[in-house]
Amino acid sequence: MTEIPHRLNAILEECKALAFDLNFTAAKDWKKAGKDRLLVGYLPIYIPREVVHAANGLAVGIMGGGDRKQIIKGDAYYQSYICHLPRGVVEMALDTNLESFDGFLFPSICDCVRNLSGMFKLLKKGKFTRYFDYPQNFEKHIGGTFYSELIETIMRDMFQLNGVQVTPEKLNHSIGLYNTNRRLIEAIYNIRQEFPWRLSAVDTYHVLRAGITIPVERHNEILQEVVDIIEEEQGEPLDNIRVIISGSFCEQPPIGLIKSVEMAGCYIIDDDFMLGSRWIQGDIDDSSGDPLNEIVNAFLTKSAPSSAVYDVGNPRAARLVEQVKARNADGVIFCAASFCDPALLDRPEMQKACDAGHIAHINFQFHENTGQFKVIKEQAGTFSDSIKLWV
Amino acid sequence: MAEIKEAVKEKSMVIQKEMLADLFTELSTAKENGKKVVYTFVPGNLTELILAMDMLPVYPEINALQSGMRKKSGSYIKDAEKVGFSEDVCTYVKCDIGMMLNGNIGPTGEKLPPPDMLLLSYTGCFTFMKWFENLERLYPGVEIAMLHTPYQEDGKITDDQVKYMIKQLTDDVIPKMEKVAGKKLDYDRLSKMLENSAKAEDLWVKVLQSAKSTPSPIDAYFAGVYYMGPMNTAFRGTEKAVEYYQELLNEITERQQLGLHPVTPEGEMKEERFRLVVEGPPNWTNFREFWKIFYDMGAVIVASTYTKVGGLYDQGFRHDPDKPLESLAKYCMGCYTNLNLPQRVDLLEYYIKEYKADGFLINSIKSCNSFSAGQLLMMREVEQRCGIPVGFIESDLVDPRYFSYANIKNRLESYFQMLGQRKVIMEQEVNAD
Ligand code: SF4
Ligand code: SF4
Repeated sequence: MTEIPHRLNAILEECKALAFDLNFTAAKDWKKAGKDRLLVGYLPIYIPREVVHAANGLAVGIMGGGDRKQIIKGDAYYQSYICHLPRGVVEMALDTNLESFDGFLFPSICDCVRNLSGMFKLLKKGKFTRYFDYPQNFEKHIGGTFYSELIETIMRDMFQLNGVQVTPEKLNHSIGLYNTNRRLIEAIYNIRQEFPWRLSAVDTYHVLRAGITIPVERHNEILQEVVDIIEEEQGEPLDNIRVIISGSFCEQPPIGLIKSVEMAGCYIIDDDFMLGSRWIQGDIDDSSGDPLNEIVNAFLTKSAPSSAVYDVGNPRAARLVEQVKARNADGVIFCAASFCDPALLDRPEMQKACDAGHIAHINFQFHENTGQFKVIKEQAGTFSDSIKLWV
Repeated sequence: MAEIKEAVKEKSMVIQKEMLADLFTELSTAKENGKKVVYTFVPGNLTELILAMDMLPVYPEINALQSGMRKKSGSYIKDAEKVGFSEDVCTYVKCDIGMMLNGNIGPTGEKLPPPDMLLLSYTGCFTFMKWFENLERLYPGVEIAMLHTPYQEDGKITDDQVKYMIKQLTDDVIPKMEKVAGKKLDYDRLSKMLENSAKAEDLWVKVLQSAKSTPSPIDAYFAGVYYMGPMNTAFRGTEKAVEYYQELLNEITERQQLGLHPVTPEGEMKEERFRLVVEGPPNWTNFREFWKIFYDMGAVIVASTYTKVGGLYDQGFRHDPDKPLESLAKYCMGCYTNLNLPQRVDLLEYYIKEYKADGFLINSIKSCNSFSAGQLLMMREVEQRCGIPVGFIESDLVDPRYFSYANIKNRLESYFQMLGQRKVIMEQEVNAD
């Protein structure tokens, strides 16, 4: 039995180091190890990484500088009332962190990220820079067609750099690998739903975030090992409440914040921290003759609820309530980055839905480099106590 | 705070006032008269489509800015914050929602009719989508159509993007509009309206370009926001709009020929000391005081990007009666905030050179990431390319808490001082040659 914690600790250490290596050493080493390999950085939230993989590329998630990157130049690029994430990213771009990246993708999530794509162009970063404008129309022949064309543009960008043709076979193979990746991630969340003490939220976060910095093949090995280990009993259950964190899908809360919430007596049994890696809910068909079409369909019909997607007809507030029930959660913590329009404009409606469903909730705002968590810990502690008292 | 005298009105202003009064009267009686009301946005608006189906448009941003000017926005914003909206988010949205929570009383003091349709056609701003998601919840069951306008991420409008937009129009937006209007779209009528649009656009461009002369007969920012009203709202495509722009142009041409300076709320300016290009929206809560700081210093805005949020006609775009849907699609994609940052910098450089500006100023708006994110880099680029003094001030559209008169005045005075010194040096250099 002592073997298992030892193995788990080793994996967690590896993941922790990978997750916060803002020099992306593993990704850069991967690129060096083979001819025609491409590094494609992407901002939160989602891009179809399968396509990059099939073009002999590695899609590397750039989630901001967090509290690990000292902002020297970045602040001079942003007014005080703009969220923190883009200034960390600009800092990295102006420093050496993103050297040897071939291209950058900026998924459509808000105007800050959109304009950041233009800043990369003005600063001449990357051999290609694309704003990844997901369709907000979900009809196959309208939004679907537009989305296919968007993906094909990115394939052309990559082809021009390395001459690698994405064949249906290659794309199916990549889809298969990412299906495994998503399944294993969901397996971790499902185990944690019942036995949240077996892997802390902080450790889960490290395991997921590590995955956006390394090849999916290696991440799948890591995930499989974690799943194998936590399928067995680990640790001791505590008298904690069970919460879902909502609103941290882009700028990431500092680890200290996640830790504080846990220490205040909350098991975080679901969250939207690494939403991009969990975006497609379920598998994408990996045996089709037209795999690109399958990727498009998956986006149109299997996207996770998110503030990035027009949600009339399928409201994300209702889906949050369903998630609370499905995960058997006691409450929701709304935890959005300061100045984050998408998260903060969605919050009132989601709070209303929670009220209507008699779901307890509290709310924090943070910056990725917040250093003080005393207040958050106290608030989360009070929240936990009140739920324990009344539920 | 600065004291402002009574405004001086020209004939074109009177026409515009009448147009607006008529519209709001029509709106207030819309329900009795069986007129359908469509809420939509200014940038990338489909006004001609709405009017061609005999429906009436309402623009929530215009209501918000009017609330700002009427000093109502502060309390509306607070009311929206009370129901859970964060202090950090776009104040236009909060002002609009606050106004609705307070009975939806429009700028003329009359109650605005609730929408029969929410037409979410929007350009260049992600927050618009969030705004209408919220409105949809305030008006449950109302027909809602979404026209997603792709961003000019690569600095151009592609064929794929045009096709995507036309498909959305033909297969989704127009059928929904027809359902609400209870009639089919008459394409001939639409084309006729687009013909009027193009005529008004020609005239509007001439108005804007009059600022190339020295002295400029217009202020292309503070007065420009009034001039652009009919073009960007409920009147594009109407004969009335053509008439308005013809009258406006006549007045301005006359002023230009006489070598007159812009008209301000306190009469005509007496001198043009500085010619500026301004990026970013104005502040509405203290609009007149804000303007006064400029005209008191002899500063005239000769070109602004804000007057292009409703379309970049001065760069050649015209609505095309022969290609109605294609031109509506291109119109939406061509609005200023749908340009990528390099395009925005190019445009600013063009304005500075073409309009012989002495300075470039950014009014950075707290609420508006669409405009503000990236402006500091844009400023550097412009400074490098054009070699003129750049200035930077911060305010908000409609949240009075973010307009600090003293602070802005101090900054602008220092900036104008710098421009003045530079002028002296340059004149000395010319004389020495
Ligand atoms: S944190 Fe929010 S506002 Fe900032 S870049 Fe991300 S989505 Fe945009
Ligand atoms: S963010 Fe700017 S463009 Fe968007 S709705 Fe607000 S004020 Fe308008």
